[in-house]
Amino acid sequence: MNTKDAVYNFCLRMADNNLISGQRLTEWCSRGPILEEDLAMTNLALDLFGQAESFFDYAASLNGNVKSADDLAFLRSERQYYNNLLVEQPNGDFAVTMMKQFLFSAFQKLMYEALTESNDDTIKGISTKALKEAKYHFRHSSEWVIRLGKGTKESHERVQLAINELWRFTTDMFEMNATDEELISTGISANLETIYGKWNFVVGEILKEATLAIPDAAKIIKGGCNGMHTEHLGHILTEMQYLQRAYPGATW
Amino acid sequence: MDNKQNQLPLWEVFIQGKNGNPHRHAGSIHASDKNMALQNARDIYTRRGEGRSIWVVKSDNIIASTLDEEGEFFDTTDDKVYRHPTFYKVPEGVKNM
Repeated sequence: MNTKDAVYNFCLRMADNNLISGQRLTEWCSRGPILEEDLAMTNLALDLFGQAESFFDYAASLNGNVKSADDLAFLRSERQYYNNLLVEQPNGDFAVTMMKQFLFSAFQKLMYEALTESNDDTIKGISTKALKEAKYHFRHSSEWVIRLGKGTKESHERVQLAINELWRFTTDMFEMNATDEELISTGISANLETIYGKWNFVVGEILKEATLAIPDAAKIIKGGCNGMHTEHLGHILTEMQYLQRAYPGATW
Repeated sequence: MDNKQNQLPLWEVFIQGKNGNPHRHAGSIHASDKNMALQNARDIYTRRGEGRSIWVVKSDNIIASTLDEEGEFFDTTDDKVYRHPTFYKVPEGVKNM
């Protein structure tokens, strides 16, 4: 794979992760447990959409803007999406949403930290800006995980159930393919194995503080970076892309 | 259900807009602890670049004068105009008075 194609694929993967997790968070809009958290979650979603847009814009520019950032977001089908399986999982209750956000934000924070050293100036620029947001997302979600873990009997049970449900999708975030090979050798992206080591440490520390047990990694499910998804992504895209599919080129 | 039982404690939020300015009361939020209070205040009151520093304090910890005391607290200064700094001119260029 040549470098340009690899950067293109990588930008789609980063953008898709942000877009899909942002889309999931917006499902909480007006349904948050308290007004403050409702606003906080939609704030996180807006940050993620902003990051998605930056990566989509860059990907579009690499192909001479034949397809715009909007085309990339709204006119691809699920096999052409490269997001991690974790972010497409249903929100469940608030504990599942926050656990999902926590596991993903920890990954994003480490990823952006690594990408601030990228040999690609645009990726470096986007990541430097996004890192501040990712740090806040990590802080917000990790504090909730601790609070729920050490809260009441019910909150502890629910957040433990959440991690039991989500853990099998975490390895998928660190899957690598030909895209990563090319980008590691050119110093554009990071080796996800290294990130995985750091992620395990960071996440382990928070879970320990939250008095939560890491579940057995018996059933590992992977495939996001190669376009292989769980059933949930199709449903998200159906809703998210409806308008552009039904009224092609619609603007407002 | 009693709505109050379902609410997290109330906190008052003070935002400093610029370095050197006083922290001003921005409003209130609900939160279970001080970390959550700071983050909720940040998410609700500084979304459009309003601040560079936030204070939060539990509303219970603010001691307020009551309206009953208004007379004895404040009316007595009404006839002491010499205490008001109205005999000075504010020099040009002074902001935030």
